[in-house]
Amino acid sequence: MDQHNDLTTPNDNDETEGTSRRGMLKCMVWAGAGVLWTMKGGVPRSSLLGSAEAAVPAAFSFMQISDSHIGFNAAPNMDTNGTLQSAIDLVNKQKSGASLMIHTGDVSQLSKDAQFDTADQIVRGARLDTHYVPGEHDVLVDDGKGFFDRFTPNAPNGWYSFDQEGVHFIALNNVQNLKAGGLGNLGADQIAWLAKDLAGRSASQPIIVFAHIPLWVVSQEWGWGTDDSAQALALLRPFGSVTVLNGHIHQVMQKVEGNCTFHTARSTAFPQPAPGTAPSPGPIKDLPPGQLRSMLGIAKIARVETNSPLAIIDTPLSA
Amino acid sequence: MFRNCFAALMVGALSLVSASAFAEDAKVTIDNFTFTPSELHVAVGSNVTWTNNDDIPHTVVDADTPKTTKSPPLDTGDHYSRVFDKPGTYHYFCSLHPHMQGTVVVQ
Repeated sequence: MDQHNDLTTPNDNDETEGTSRRGMLKCMVWAGAGVLWTMKGGVPRSSLLGSAEAAVPAAFSFMQISDSHIGFNAAPNMDTNGTLQSAIDLVNKQKSGASLMIHTGDVSQLSKDAQFDTADQIVRGARLDTHYVPGEHDVLVDDGKGFFDRFTPNAPNGWYSFDQEGVHFIALNNVQNLKAGGLGNLGADQIAWLAKDLAGRSASQPIIVFAHIPLWVVSQEWGWGTDDSAQALALLRPFGSVTVLNGHIHQVMQKVEGNCTFHTARSTAFPQPAPGTAPSPGPIKDLPPGQLRSMLGIAKIARVETNSPLAIIDTPLSA
Repeated sequence: MFRNCFAALMVGALSLVSASAFAEDAKVTIDNFTFTPSELHVAVGSNVTWTNNDDIPHTVVDADTPKTTKSPPLDTGDHYSRVFDKPGTYHYFCSLHPHMQGTVVVQ
């Protein structure tokens, strides 16, 4: 019936071009100018892009920004308003055909209303319907009420879903009620809601999940993962095409596991070190002059017309 | 006369308290997403002050359930103090970065 059924239905025994769909591919870290991420025949492929202008013929696309940390004012970035504005300027250049935008959290540095307001005003400059999830910096006071009232007014707990042009979007909140010694946390209520949200849905419908903290363990030591993400991912396993978009770690990382593609976006505020390369996950402060903007950026996620995969292009604010 | 005796008794009582408790101020610093010292031993009545030296905010939150104490978010250079009135072992963590943990042992 639908032309992408054969491309997106999981098949344990199917091996295409030597790569098992079930096999976990090596975690890939990219430091280049951009990454083009496509899935062909169910097999994810990636290639580095030399140019921000690399075009993907797309039937559907949307933009992602993350970790704007409005209110942060220290090395290496004394002007996070300015870098968020640059990111929105870049969105405006690239947004042709984009249906919406997502912000994957840490909108603010300290959950202050003035910080939320500044971010809100700048992001509105993209003139795109923007969907937010909270980061841990956004829920520091009143259990996040200030964030939810402004950015997710119909979802007081910060989790919700919607459909856009045949794609099902799921926004998750994994930054509250964290346990001592633990990682990010979804919690039983949210997982029960997710099960209900997915019940009865066609397995061929593409799913986009977005949340602040990665739903795969990038670094246990630095808390870059989500304690109960396995329960959420188990609910998503029947679906042929699942893309999980996160922020939090301020660098591009990707992983593919079965039909699930994980991707983290750059920050618009400051870069953080790769796991294990610094004493802490704090901002990289000692950047050579002029290098900051090459380590900040935005992402454009596109579904390629013919095969119904998604392609993700990460673009830094400058080369 | 009575007044003097009372005063002398009070001085004696106070010196007894201070001799047995050694309540004093103690400090914990936060650098590189780490509480230092990670385990602090203090006497009953001590005032413990946490100072955040990171560029990223942290919190000091009771790790037990239900959580009885929670600091406001501590931005760079901010302090938070708490007096420990009862003996016990108090585990705490940062609610933003829960891998950051510490303990105050009150004797």
